[in-house]
Amino acid sequence: MSEFLQFLFSGLTVGAVYALVALGFTIIYNASGVVNFAQGEFVMLGGMITVFAHAAGLPLPLAALIAIAATAAIGVALNKLAIEPARGAPVVTLIIITIGASIFIRGAAQLIFGKQIHTFPAFSGDDPIHVMGATILTQSLWAIGGAAAVFVALWLFFTRTILGRAVLATSNNRLAAQLVGINTDFIMTLSFALSAGIGAFAGVLITPITMTSYDVGLGLALKGFAGAMLGGMGNPKGAFAGGLLLGLFEAMTAGYLSSQYKEAAAFVVILAVLFFMPQGLFGQKSTDRV
Amino acid sequence: MRLSSKHLTLIVMAALIAAAPFFFPSGYYFRVGALIFVNALAVTGIVILTGYAGQISLGHAGFAGIGGYACALAPVHLGLHPALAVVLGAVISAVLAFLVGRPILRLKGYYLGVASLGFGILVAMVLNNERGLTKGPDGIEVPDLGLRAVLKGWGLDLSNGEFWYAFTGICLVIGAWIALNLFNSPTGRALRALHGSEVAAGTVGIDVARVKLQAFVISAVYASVAGSLTALQNKFITPDIAGFMHSVEMVTMAVLGGVGSVPGAILGAGILTLLPQVLTVFAEYEQLILGLVMMLVMIFLREGLVPSILRKFRGRGE
Repeated sequence: MSEFLQFLFSGLTVGAVYALVALGFTIIYNASGVVNFAQGEFVMLGGMITVFAHAAGLPLPLAALIAIAATAAIGVALNKLAIEPARGAPVVTLIIITIGASIFIRGAAQLIFGKQIHTFPAFSGDDPIHVMGATILTQSLWAIGGAAAVFVALWLFFTRTILGRAVLATSNNRLAAQLVGINTDFIMTLSFALSAGIGAFAGVLITPITMTSYDVGLGLALKGFAGAMLGGMGNPKGAFAGGLLLGLFEAMTAGYLSSQYKEAAAFVVILAVLFFMPQGLFGQKSTDRV
Repeated sequence: MRLSSKHLTLIVMAALIAAAPFFFPSGYYFRVGALIFVNALAVTGIVILTGYAGQISLGHAGFAGIGGYACALAPVHLGLHPALAVVLGAVISAVLAFLVGRPILRLKGYYLGVASLGFGILVAMVLNNERGLTKGPDGIEVPDLGLRAVLKGWGLDLSNGEFWYAFTGICLVIGAWIALNLFNSPTGRALRALHGSEVAAGTVGIDVARVKLQAFVISAVYASVAGSLTALQNKFITPDIAGFMHSVEMVTMAVLGGVGSVPGAILGAGILTLLPQVLTVFAEYEQLILGLVMMLVMIFLREGLVPSILRKFRGRGE
């Protein structure tokens, strides 16, 4: 039992990060129809910038805030400079653009931050909490709590505010949204800022546990993407649940089967979901308009 | 007899490959040339899948890995001649592509991308983890193909670089010839039809699922043979050959040159293979520049280099 609990804790911790990456994916996908392979780089940037701002003498919360704001700005720049100019391009082209962006950001991070592994202190000390024979880091609680808080905040934003509804309207039908007076360019900017900011926040939460380096982004992007797809592409609730589930699958595979193949678990699950219910767990059945 | 554009393409290709060595200042360029040809061969497969049929794969490096490791393992464990190991790798890749392709080709766009990506990553993971067989991430030695020694016996004494340049060049011309023939065959026309509209292709009696699967299997064989040639040429192979970045490289090469055209694919392969060689001076900036090139070409020359340039030449007439 304590063993299971231990795997559960570690699964929820990584799952929280996957869930945030998946949410970020979903926001950009809904707004622009683009699957952003550079999503993982936002997580890397969030952690990295915090590390360096903190090392420069800033208090941790301020450093984290700067990192999130800077990453959001990078997200907006990505949209303006690379995604907007290619609107309407085929899927392959968009995939290559965002993969190119991901490689570019990684290359820049390698130049600026170096190739070392970095970290900063956990928010509330390194003493683990003991629960029924298992231990959980306080930072894990921060990660899980932070992910839950982001999810609730997003849900309120999308359902209770005019601006959030404008985002939903734009993702449903861009032209129609423009016709009713929504500034869709602004919505697009907002979506990228939001998505990048959430990614950076995930980086801030997880870096004290997993550490970070310039090349962690791609792996996280693939996992987040897998999580989003597991839940049903374009569905924020699905993305969140999918990310958490993926983290749990990985932790259980690592614990009970083979730690070498824990990453395989994620992709086996994805393939199974795609084969048997291509809409994902929470997606709606889609029909093609011809 | 008027030359068709197919024959013209092939003749120009063969002539360029044969003439280029006269301008090589050193033996190193043979090696670079062979690298380009092998990449171009794999990319020709992507042209059939993505350019003709409009299907995306982010996992074709998995097939290259199978082809490569077949050449490393089959001669040692099964006693096969390395040349037969290439065939074995291609057969395994084709069977696997058939089995995997059936369910995943029902998916479209991003879903197909992710499903194929998952397949590629699983292959890379097996190659990394099954140390007993593959020796894991450090890589494994590959036996000599032995063809160079045979040629020497016939009085044709080529250096290693020259041999691989010529051999991969010939393989590429054969690969391009098959791809160009396919383009105008009934299968090729069916592929291009379903690229335009799957529903429309279905209504005129094309078995969409079967034709897509054919394209997937053919392109997998291309990737597998290219992987085998890489392994045999380097006499060494690591699981990186099956990695995600290699899959991305293949697709990028194809799209960079112009995914619908075989010459475009070869140009794309040439540019992306040369880029790191040129950039070794700025090794620090390699990733930065690669990412930038990928974005710029895709934003400003959406159709890829060759179709965009051709359009400029033809002007507005066509």
